[in-house]
Amino acid sequence: MREPAPGVRLLPCGDAAVTVEFGADIDPATSARVLALDAILRGEKPAGLIETVPTYRSLMVQVDPLVFDYDAFTQRVTGLARTLDATPEPGRRWKVPVVYGGQFGIDLEATAERHGLSPKQLIDKHSAPVYRVYMIGFMPGFTYLGGLDPSIATPRRADPRPMTPAGIISIGGIQALIGGQAMPSGWHLLGRTPVRTFMAGREPAFLTAAGDEVVFEPTDAARWDALDRAAEAGELVAELISP
Amino acid sequence: MTALVVLAAGPATSLQDLGRFGWQRFGVGPAGAMDRPALALANALVGNPAGVAAIEFALAGGRLRVEEGAARIAVAGADSNLRIDGRFVTVLTSATAHEGQTIEIGPARTGVFSYLAVAGGLALTPALGSLSLHHRTGVGGLHGRSLRAGDRLPLALSAPAGPELALSAATGHSAGPIRVVLGPQDDHFTPAGIATLLGSEYMISEQADRMGLRLNGPELEHSAKGYNIVSDGIPTGAMQVPGNGLPLILLADRQTTGGYPKIATVISADLPRLVQCRPGTRLRFAAVGRAEAVQIVKTADAAFRALLAKIRPAGLAGLDSSELLSVNLVDGVIDARG
Repeated sequence: MREPAPGVRLLPCGDAAVTVEFGADIDPATSARVLALDAILRGEKPAGLIETVPTYRSLMVQVDPLVFDYDAFTQRVTGLARTLDATPEPGRRWKVPVVYGGQFGIDLEATAERHGLSPKQLIDKHSAPVYRVYMIGFMPGFTYLGGLDPSIATPRRADPRPMTPAGIISIGGIQALIGGQAMPSGWHLLGRTPVRTFMAGREPAFLTAAGDEVVFEPTDAARWDALDRAAEAGELVAELISP
Repeated sequence: MTALVVLAAGPATSLQDLGRFGWQRFGVGPAGAMDRPALALANALVGNPAGVAAIEFALAGGRLRVEEGAARIAVAGADSNLRIDGRFVTVLTSATAHEGQTIEIGPARTGVFSYLAVAGGLALTPALGSLSLHHRTGVGGLHGRSLRAGDRLPLALSAPAGPELALSAATGHSAGPIRVVLGPQDDHFTPAGIATLLGSEYMISEQADRMGLRLNGPELEHSAKGYNIVSDGIPTGAMQVPGNGLPLILLADRQTTGGYPKIATVISADLPRLVQCRPGTRLRFAAVGRAEAVQIVKTADAAFRALLAKIRPAGLAGLDSSELLSVNLVDGVIDARG
């Protein structure tokens, strides 16, 4: 049963998971279908469903194979696939402070030069869009965004850096990222945010969910220390601007 | 409050339960015991439900001292010695360690992961619903890290009254190839690449830990679709194949999403056997269909429940020699060559 409905594939992931794939590309309509199916399954809670993992173009469904009914699931998804709404739901919109350039974004100048822009022009282009959270993955709070201005899309670095700091604001290809913890990265570091996208013990522990929206607010480096201290003390630092 | 104080522990000693679920959508992996049946067995031997957090040891053993009360303990998993104040404890039997006594788990003779369960469990606060440590991200565990000398683990209760428990059926894993279900991205490999996976011997490299097992062996040929995909969810047991063509089997401490194609997924019934294999172990792989994999895990689960049902008060359990041959699940001989 690899082709239960046009444009949808059910990919086996062993006996304890299955991935429902809506396409091969990163685009708003595909993401909207993924999130629509996610919402339906989380509401219906079929027996044996453990959790769902929405990503750019697919939904991984993790199950208890002793209980889960794969045939019923396949039928249900086949039926739903034709009717899922490809229009993104308006999500919560967060304003995230970013200190660009200098020690906070060591690739800002080189990336600007590569595109024939001044650093200020690159900051303007990067902070202009309303981004959408397509997925959170890899490590806790790593927030993958769609909506980057295609004119500043930048292929990933040939030599990834062995370590980059927490909270990096970076771009790679046509994707934009809010980093979580410190990690190796081959993306271009334009800035850094004091926002902790994940903080265990804080309420809420996670800033955003897939489907939320994000705008970046260029912020003076002089404010970094105060914002960083507030974030470390458990404040969100990001601002919920709608709804 | 009764506590276990860590006197010595190997570098990868950590608290693990059955894992944390519901948070992969935020990038938080499940973590949890590498060998889940072994955790469940250790817990059953001290009268706990299967998923109570225990101490997971990896290859190296450790020593703990009991303070302010007594602790009823049991160990299951890799083959190792358990001693209390130097006195050996029979395998698969619970034992009570009293105040001031030292519990010593020896290094694993075969296998990798052992579980020390304590009756009543630990009086610690879970993170996102679980005590399991995810080593790379520091979520869960004690203070978000591995256990080390000086750590104090408060117990939810002092050793209960009543007899010790014992399992006198022999346990062990079946031999034969590790079984996989092809996919989710087997279409990113040529027929020759898939034939290579299913027809060759692979060796577990030194790069093996709770995140995954990197394998050495013949390279797997990607198809024209290449070795980059738009990142998607990674199930436990996924065999991810990056550009170098060598598979990496992703396990409990894996990242939640990834951008390399996954040629196949190890079936859940074979994960406990796989994770107990050390670097240098040679493996073969065989493909089964998903429905067959579901049947295999159902059969394994029924056999495991039957095994747990044989746990009796120590001294009363008789050894049934037919069980020595038939019950072959949890621990012991590791041989995954086909």
